[in-house]
Amino acid sequence: MAAAARFLIRGANSKLPIAVVGSGAHCSFGSTFLKLSLNCNSGIKTQRRHAAHFTFQPDPVPTQFGPTQKMNLFQSVTSALDNTLANDPTAVIFGEDVAFGGVFRCTVGLRDKYGKDRVFNTPLCEQGIVGFGIGVAVAGATAIAEIQFADYIFPAFDQIVNEAAKYRYRSGDLFDCGNLTIRAPWGCVGHGSLYHSQSPEAFFAHAPGLKVVIPRGPVQAKGLLLSCIADKNPCIFFEPKIMYRAAVEQVPVESYTIPLSQAEVLQEGSDVTLVAWGTQVHVLREVANLAQEKLGVSCELIDLQTILPWDVETVCKEECFLNLEAPITRVCGYDTPFPHIFEPFYIPDKWKCFEAIKKMINY
Amino acid sequence: MTSVWRFVSNALCRITGRKVAAPTVSEGSTVVVSNSLNEFTTRASFDIKKCDLHGLEAGPPLKTELSRDEGLRFYRTMQVMRRMELKADQLYKQKIIRGFCHLYDGQEACAAGVEAAIDPSDHLITAYRAHGYTYTRGVSVREILAELTGRRGGVAKGKGGSMHMYAPNFYGGNGIVGAQVPLGAGIALACKYQGNNQICVTLYGDGAANQGQIFEAFNMAALWKLPCLFICENNKYGMGTSVERASASTDYYKRGHFMPGIRVDGMDVLCVREATKFAADHCRTGKGPIIMELQTYRYHGHSMSDPGVSYRTREEIQEVRSKNDPISLLKERMLSSNMASVEEFKEIDIEIRKEVEDATQFATSDSEPPLEELCNHIFSNNPPLQVRGTHPWAKLKSSS
Repeated sequence: MAAAARFLIRGANSKLPIAVVGSGAHCSFGSTFLKLSLNCNSGIKTQRRHAAHFTFQPDPVPTQFGPTQKMNLFQSVTSALDNTLANDPTAVIFGEDVAFGGVFRCTVGLRDKYGKDRVFNTPLCEQGIVGFGIGVAVAGATAIAEIQFADYIFPAFDQIVNEAAKYRYRSGDLFDCGNLTIRAPWGCVGHGSLYHSQSPEAFFAHAPGLKVVIPRGPVQAKGLLLSCIADKNPCIFFEPKIMYRAAVEQVPVESYTIPLSQAEVLQEGSDVTLVAWGTQVHVLREVANLAQEKLGVSCELIDLQTILPWDVETVCKEECFLNLEAPITRVCGYDTPFPHIFEPFYIPDKWKCFEAIKKMINY
Repeated sequence: MTSVWRFVSNALCRITGRKVAAPTVSEGSTVVVSNSLNEFTTRASFDIKKCDLHGLEAGPPLKTELSRDEGLRFYRTMQVMRRMELKADQLYKQKIIRGFCHLYDGQEACAAGVEAAIDPSDHLITAYRAHGYTYTRGVSVREILAELTGRRGGVAKGKGGSMHMYAPNFYGGNGIVGAQVPLGAGIALACKYQGNNQICVTLYGDGAANQGQIFEAFNMAALWKLPCLFICENNKYGMGTSVERASASTDYYKRGHFMPGIRVDGMDVLCVREATKFAADHCRTGKGPIIMELQTYRYHGHSMSDPGVSYRTREEIQEVRSKNDPISLLKERMLSSNMASVEEFKEIDIEIRKEVEDATQFATSDSEPPLEELCNHIFSNNPPLQVRGTHPWAKLKSSS
């Protein structure tokens, strides 16, 4: 499932008349969409290069954390890890291929700078990596484990859900593995197909004791990652791999944190609330603009950031939530495994989201 | 006189792999061989490397016989695999193949040797470096290339891609490292349960050898004496990590501990064949599972996004290519025993080139699978199931 977007209509301040639109012979969006695509595909001989389904919108330069430097997402992760290794002598980073810098270059230069007993490779064994990480954390060191792709996290699922999440609870607070942070590249990337594109945060959202965090860009990534590392609970930090190189922002060089379990309202609006995380935030930014231009609909955009425990208050402002004028809509990938060749049709791109808004305001 | 010539030219066609019934081969036309059929050695005996043994008193034989026919078939099979992989490399660089592509060139002797020692009714399962095995298990080059390019003519209807190709008794094609090994043990259990005297060949790599589930599978297979032939294709590198840096013990054939094991030269197709015969026999006679470690090498990087030279030197790759290439080894053996001529090999090469070109033509011109396929085959269901779409108004039908 790609990042879901949920729509709410805020009844309290709505200026839109409530109109009931008969659906008549209007076919479901799915099949309309299918027809359109088939027309597009016919007659094309050469393979087109697939463009990304989103445009990254950088955040404004943060001024409250000191001097900044231009960094992309993987560089901001490296910076966060660099700060951690510098400030915390017990911190260790391990995972598959992290020593040379990692398959996405998130750990470049760290082994040379901090030594091979602090940045080291593990063999190919995810269950072992996480189990080992839990042990390191329980014994008091700060453990930062990398799982090479979120799709490979499942052998470690038992360790994460049954061991890490429950450690504090089952020992009556005698022990905990709060020093553990697990990082993994996450989400669709355009050509990842079944096993390099998954977004498994939902599987972990039902394990109390864990925190699950997903940033939307470099500035968020560094701040949230540093928060996860500092947080006294085991955290899973998913990094949208499609943005590793594509997302560039001015990121503070020093250490800073962005609070967990706090959603961020990126844009205020009065008609529809859009909630997303990770890459989808940028898709919805465009959708919000489209909705304003074409439909005159004012959208509020919220980046959830922390999936578990999530910021219920910000998302469901009580008086609005109890006065919705249309059911909540969820726009996400189809209920199929993440496809190989069909990826462009599978992901909830801006047109699908825009169409959903149109349907909602006409509910 | 006519019938004699036809007989001779037909025989020549059979050996060189040309269509026997082709009416274009007429008497007296310049066919491949300049020598007449009688001058070639039809059978020769070769020494093969001794295999290291673990938990076994005796191993595979040190000598093997190869017939001219078999030799040319091996050559053909390996050369097809080589050319197919190189074509896949080319198509990937042209962005006609996208996604992930793990190439098998350098390891051809493993696939060819294993297949020669088992029956088509035996079962085989491997990891993601599967194009070679897909071919040896009976899928045509055109279906493989079409699957890589994601077209409907592909062996998995274009829905699987490089890592998910299947065929009768060939269970893929598996993306998650090590996940196929317990599956292989299960298939072996089914063979034993059904009493059909078949075995399951379960392959994995040196990287996967450190996965926990492999050892779980070893235990089950040995405990229940399953007819499972575990094969570790040790190509010295698990993606970018050399075996010394990943494994406490690089004797992968000993990793089964209580399970017997053999270490085999995986660049020599005859060695692989003999060892596989020995091991398959071991399984079939009810002695239980066995591990084979094939020492081999891959020329390409781990996948197409890996140049393959940041963790090993170009000189190392060159050395293996010049001294230990499986196809060259076989060719030299056959030439030095006068089992075939240089021209014959050239002819085979030309044919194979054409076959791969035709397959490429198909793979690049075939149409993509219809959009309805996006939802098909999620479950087995009749009538078609409604599948949730991207939002509540989008509904698609899943047929299976």
